[in-house]
Amino acid sequence: MKIRTFFYTVEQGVVGIFKNKWFTVATVATISACLFVFGIFYAIAFNVANIVQTAEENVSVTVFFDEGTSEEGIEEIGEMIGRRSEVYRYEYISAEQAWEDFSVQLGEYAEGFTENPLANCANYQIYLSDVSKQNQLVNYLKGVEGIRKINKSDFTADTLSGINMVLIYVFAGIILILFAVSVFLISNTVTMGISVRKEEINIMKYVGATDFFVRAPFVFEGMIIGLIGAAIPMGLLYYLYGIATAFVEEKFAFLSFLTFLPAYEIFQYLVPFSLLIGVGIGFLGSFFTVRKHLKV
Amino acid sequence: MSEPKRKKKETDANNISDYAIYLDNVSKTFSDGVPALSNINLKVKHGEFVFIVGVSGAGKSTLIKLLLRELKADSGTIYVNGFNLMNIRHGRIPKFRRTLGVVFQDFRLLKDRNVYENVAFAQRVAQKSEREIRRNVPAMLSLVGLAGKYKHKPKQLAGGEQQRVALARALVNKPRLLLADEPTGNLDLINTAEIMKLLETVNEKGTTVVVVTHNDKLVNDMKKRVVTIKQGMIVSDAEEGGYFYED
Repeated sequence: MKIRTFFYTVEQGVVGIFKNKWFTVATVATISACLFVFGIFYAIAFNVANIVQTAEENVSVTVFFDEGTSEEGIEEIGEMIGRRSEVYRYEYISAEQAWEDFSVQLGEYAEGFTENPLANCANYQIYLSDVSKQNQLVNYLKGVEGIRKINKSDFTADTLSGINMVLIYVFAGIILILFAVSVFLISNTVTMGISVRKEEINIMKYVGATDFFVRAPFVFEGMIIGLIGAAIPMGLLYYLYGIATAFVEEKFAFLSFLTFLPAYEIFQYLVPFSLLIGVGIGFLGSFFTVRKHLKV
Repeated sequence: MSEPKRKKKETDANNISDYAIYLDNVSKTFSDGVPALSNINLKVKHGEFVFIVGVSGAGKSTLIKLLLRELKADSGTIYVNGFNLMNIRHGRIPKFRRTLGVVFQDFRLLKDRNVYENVAFAQRVAQKSEREIRRNVPAMLSLVGLAGKYKHKPKQLAGGEQQRVALARALVNKPRLLLADEPTGNLDLINTAEIMKLLETVNEKGTTVVVVTHNDKLVNDMKKRVVTIKQGMIVSDAEEGGYFYED
């Protein structure tokens, strides 16, 4: 592209934005509305996923050792556990530590014990990387020599992995539908806007303009409109996210599990993704719509 | 290929460069099966002034569309300014169109741009530098008598003035061929005379001019070559001919 063609493209693109004010406003509003709703669902999905993940991280499997197992034997079992992909982290709880923790719960009743009633209760607390793999790990542990007993929580694990699956499907579905609706609405708006300028495109073609020369200002205009349309809801969401999360945390303080991700964790992906969608839709919408009118 | 046939082809190829328009046995049928043009043979030499006349629906507009390569003929041979329009690639069409100037009945000006920008647009499309544009556009506006109105938008101009802007745009790239489709169709007598005078001036400077019209008075006054189309066929082709309107 010649430098003067580049400047012409930029100039005409910017002129087009202001020249077709109502088209610009309608397209920016459509993109903004779609990406705003998209952003809300994205933020909710990530926060819910985070709450579930936090809950999952607290689901553990406990293994107790055969009586008389040596320290080396326990360490060896620990290493075997640590090598498993299902394991997020594991922690050794000695008999003394187990009793100390339990004494806190017993309070004054603990003073009645002169010996450690949990002398044979040294164990590994194993936290899972994925609760749905609890049974897989338990089956493996059953075959490990030196393990006497395995405690697990089928109900919690099953419930959490069930919630996880439902959330994945529901949010993926909602985001996909929103995305499809956004593309449809935006491309319709772009189509209407450019159809009005069909005559202008025809004249350009009669005078001998190449497809590129005709299309470039429209595509540039579309990309700028897409960018503005995406930037507005992102700014608005960033502002509202802080207010909304602070409000919910204050009003529902009794729900201890209700914690929100900090804004930057949500927006570090949402912002570039939305801007990319906005620019991409602006580019594709104008590119293909203008193409329809280029066959002159 | 037999010797006489090969000789004829070679002769034709040599001749094509003499013509601004070379149509040999050209036919076009619309998608609904209605024939628009049948076996058209038309040769226009460089520097000629030709009227193409006929009643509404005779096939004049279809012919212009074929010459602009807006439509492609079903059969035959079409050369315009040396470009073979039967097998020109889509990407070469803009280059071909820059060798033409086109004027339409409805002017087809860019409404949001002023007179200067409308004319300059044709130069920008042809990748002319700003310096050339600043030199050529005012000169062309002077030629059509609109130098003083270069800042006006099309809607601020009268019909005749709009057509003169369209003419300036068509001529600014110094085309070898000017196609004018009913250029005076929306104009009064005075403006019609002015536009025709301009077209004659352009022709005298060496540009081939083809005017499509059904204005019998205009054609009869000018005493130029007249090609008459009727029901998609050329029914007469006369030097200093006339047109006797029958609808």
